[in-house]
Amino acid sequence: MTLIEWSSSALFVAFVAYLVATIFFGGAVKSSTHEKTATNKRWGMYGFTVTIIGFIANLTYFITRWIAAGHAPVSNLFEFTAAFGMMIVGAFILIYSMYRIAALGLFALPIAVIIIAYASMFPTDVSPLIPALQSYWLTIHVITAALGEAILAISAVAGLIWLLKNIDMTKKSKQRFWIEAVMYVLILVVGFIVSTTIFSVAYEPVEYSYVDVEGAEQTIEYTKPALFGMNESTVITEGAMQPLIEMPALVNAKKLTTVVWSILIGSVLYILLRLILRKRLAEVVQPFTKKTNSQLLDEIGYRSVLIGFPVFSLGALIFAMIWAHEAWGRFWGWDPKEVWALITFLFYAVYLHLRLTKGWQGEKSAWLALIGFIIIMFNLIAVNLIIAGLHSYA
Amino acid sequence: MKSLECKCGHINPVGTQLCESCGRPLTEEAINKPLADMRYEGSARRSQTYNKTIIDKVWNFFSSVKVGMWIIVAILVAAAIGTILPQVFYVPANNATEAAAYYERIYGTFGKIYNDLGLSDLYSSWWFQGLIGMLGISLIIASLDRVIPLYKSLKKQKVKRHSSFLQRQRLYTKAENVTEDVLTPAEKKLKELKYNVRREDGALLAEKGRFSRWGPYVNHLGLIIFLGGVMLRAIPGVYVDEQLWIREGETLAVPGASGYFIQNNGFEFDVYDKESSDEVFSDAIDRVGTIASNYQTNLTLFEGANQEVVGDPGELEEIKSGPTIVNKPFKFDSYNIYQIDFRLDELKAMTFNLENKESGEQFGEFTIDLIEPEPEYDLGDGYKVELVDYYADFTGFENGEPQSKSPIPNNPAFLVRMYTPDKPEPETSFVLIRETIEPFGENDYKLKFQAAETRDISGLTVRKDLTLPILMIGGLIFMIGVAQGSYWNHRRIWIQQTATGDVSIAGHTNKNWNSVKKDLYYVTKDTKVPRPKDQQDPEDDLDFEEGDETS
Amino acid sequence: MAQSKKTRFYIRTVILAILVVAIIGTIYVNVTKEKNAVLAVGDQAPDFQLVDMDGNVQRLSDYKGQGVFLNFWGTWCKPCAKEMPYIDKQYQVFKDQGVQTIAVNIAESDFKVNSYTKQYGMTFPVVIDRQKNVMERYNIGPLPTTFLVDPDGKIIRIIQGEMTEQDVANFMEEIKPS
Repeated sequence: MTLIEWSSSALFVAFVAYLVATIFFGGAVKSSTHEKTATNKRWGMYGFTVTIIGFIANLTYFITRWIAAGHAPVSNLFEFTAAFGMMIVGAFILIYSMYRIAALGLFALPIAVIIIAYASMFPTDVSPLIPALQSYWLTIHVITAALGEAILAISAVAGLIWLLKNIDMTKKSKQRFWIEAVMYVLILVVGFIVSTTIFSVAYEPVEYSYVDVEGAEQTIEYTKPALFGMNESTVITEGAMQPLIEMPALVNAKKLTTVVWSILIGSVLYILLRLILRKRLAEVVQPFTKKTNSQLLDEIGYRSVLIGFPVFSLGALIFAMIWAHEAWGRFWGWDPKEVWALITFLFYAVYLHLRLTKGWQGEKSAWLALIGFIIIMFNLIAVNLIIAGLHSYA
Repeated sequence: MKSLECKCGHINPVGTQLCESCGRPLTEEAINKPLADMRYEGSARRSQTYNKTIIDKVWNFFSSVKVGMWIIVAILVAAAIGTILPQVFYVPANNATEAAAYYERIYGTFGKIYNDLGLSDLYSSWWFQGLIGMLGISLIIASLDRVIPLYKSLKKQKVKRHSSFLQRQRLYTKAENVTEDVLTPAEKKLKELKYNVRREDGALLAEKGRFSRWGPYVNHLGLIIFLGGVMLRAIPGVYVDEQLWIREGETLAVPGASGYFIQNNGFEFDVYDKESSDEVFSDAIDRVGTIASNYQTNLTLFEGANQEVVGDPGELEEIKSGPTIVNKPFKFDSYNIYQIDFRLDELKAMTFNLENKESGEQFGEFTIDLIEPEPEYDLGDGYKVELVDYYADFTGFENGEPQSKSPIPNNPAFLVRMYTPDKPEPETSFVLIRETIEPFGENDYKLKFQAAETRDISGLTVRKDLTLPILMIGGLIFMIGVAQGSYWNHRRIWIQQTATGDVSIAGHTNKNWNSVKKDLYYVTKDTKVPRPKDQQDPEDDLDFEEGDETS
Repeated sequence: MAQSKKTRFYIRTVILAILVVAIIGTIYVNVTKEKNAVLAVGDQAPDFQLVDMDGNVQRLSDYKGQGVFLNFWGTWCKPCAKEMPYIDKQYQVFKDQGVQTIAVNIAESDFKVNSYTKQYGMTFPVVIDRQKNVMERYNIGPLPTTFLVDPDGKIIRIIQGEMTEQDVANFMEEIKPS
């Protein structure tokens, strides 16, 4: 086996270990009526041990790929997203070792699993560095920024658990609607992973030619059945179907197709789950959260922001500015990715100041933590997909 | 001006919530609260106490954290709006008219509105910069207003506090009829935990990490310095940001750095190829096709001897030679030259041969330098080509006059006269790429194209930023402050024991309550005093064990 | 107490005033930066020295006491070609009244500039700015751009774009030494 194959296997081992650990953590919060019984603790310990094993495998992936490629594996969308997933687990380990809350593992690990699976949907081959990325600042800036974001993500996990625990699922309310919306979005991400996997096996890529915004002829390859066609697109591959609906030149119909397929399949999954479970998803997971101390969850949420915020500021703003100065000669250029990093920074600055005010702890704080995570994910995914800038990888 | 006298005899400034000395609640509001509001130690923030003049009102406006939050939210929303469409400096347009046309063409009506509203250049708008300025004012005033009273009250705090103060702390416990001395063993344990312990008859105050209270003010100071540094760039000469296109072989003045000249010794553009690259990259190279590996321009920097007047640089003295590579700029003085862009293969010279059309006999090759053409090219033996005129970027004829739309040889055209010994009068020919026009009738001779030479053009950026050290200091102070405030916390534990054996213990921290709970658990373990309860937490049933976090 | 109230008022006023002035100043400079060039009307015209097509050194400061009609141009630029004959005609009128004309070509070849001056019969000094540093110093954007320099060496007008013959005459009149 080559080093890269070793590396991929290690990532797979980590992936499986996180799934197993999730089950153990589930056992730790479910198996008995009191929080701190002996069985409970044992399940928690098993869960944590498996997490550590998975994390070691994950680090093995990271280090072997680094050695094989000769540069830190954070240089394309797959590598970056996978690293982010790994760091969420790292951040979880850090926070868990402080607070020993099993419910945190039950929610943080599946999110890391989804993120790693999401990463694997992008081309995973090792690419050499383009000139813009040939700098040791790539390693320093990206790893620090991702680590900061991962620690901040734990605060959203704590917030999510807080909300799941404390929202009354028996009465109709705004809160109940929105927490279910969060669950739905998580299922949509799974929908993306499922649809991409199905089509990569069962669908032959089709090539289309189209006319871009500037009026130039281009070709594009669809890996999913074309629901939406690019501007004036025609099929090149023989026997393939013409797209169902043609979009104007401004819209990237290939990406739109991917998004719509994810929503379709994700929604089908969601409806199936609702039919089988006959409950809202938030209601299904609520019992797993009931034995956790709300006050402590609130504190974990706040503490994660306190730990993550300086790391994020250092990595995503200060190191970013230093690199931007080295590479482009200006430390700040109002590139969309930069702006969204600033927005994230400002948002958490607001969070921290609001914590000083009474009434912004507990529920409001939990919602804010979730919104913060949405902003981070928006910057990681949407800015790359929708708003192309200097940072657009791959 | 009235001041507040506490029952303990201490005189407090107006607006004080909790007596600076003993901690008794002083206002109606503070008395009615079950728990004390410990923000800023219950001290009087000066801004809230005086509200007479307009200056005071403006001051109080900026002092408010709430106002500060709204300013941040406004900046946040504006910044987000600015990313909906690319900003004007990322758009291929040279001026406002072109930009307006671009937005309308690519993004339709929405693009037009976006551009008309000025959102396409949002970050340089006066109102956006104004918001940042307001944030700066808010940072300064809000910090000044809080740090001074906080410092004073932390400095003035007494070891012995009134029992009502202890009761109103979030972590509190009490016990009666405790005969043995609680304070001395507690002092020992707290010292083990690295607390700073002070005692005063029957009272103990243990404190740890007070310096973390200054964290927010230190980081605000860093931000203020940073923003100040950014403001300095408005001063002429402090900040230079210029672009230039330079062709291989050219020597040009360095824009923004008078007296300096750079010569382009060659542009290099490399790609990864499968043979020489590491095998692990072969899949990626197969999938993507071409992956660039290097962009660089080799430069030589000169300084003109004639410094006092522009134009004629006098003798050029070589200062240094070296490349500018992406991520590795060419540095001199306080300037950096960055490799930003390039264009490949612009025509540089064309080689022709004078040929007899019928016989195909050739009479000599000559090369026209498209940048510095010669008026004539002597081929010997009476053969000669005279260059009458040259059109670098030929676009067609207007009133019989050939037109060129730029001085760049994108489509060179030559008007030539060909002198040959067999003709008394030279033949005239208009030579284009792949075409020859013979304006005065059929010629016997023609210029046959032989070869072309090309060169690359480098797009460079010249920058100087004297504010960088200030920005760096600001950033560093910010990081120190933010770490200080986030990674440490200020814990205080009060223990009081009366002669009758009443013990009360209270704990407070500015953040990370779990830490002080653990410390209190450790202090009360093996004593008759129960572990302090979290009075704010109805679910306070956590037990702490050895091995849990202690720091 | 009254004393400290007063002090406080003064301290606050001073702090606020400094902040407001600094911020408004910065914004003003930033917002107007793009619009006005580095050189503005009223500035001293930067001295330069270039060699003309006849081999004579042309130095701006040598014309102190005379008005200088300073025209930046290129052979490919159509409006330049239109106004060039007007400038030449007016040069003939004003050259004995203390108005000098200098045409600065932007880094083209000797050949091209020579053929152009011959074609248009230009009689006033034409210089080539080979390293584009005069252009850089004068912050030239689109061509043609004309600077009117008065006898004291001050820029009194910057004209971007084409001029009519009447414009040229009026402008030369403006910089005529009195």
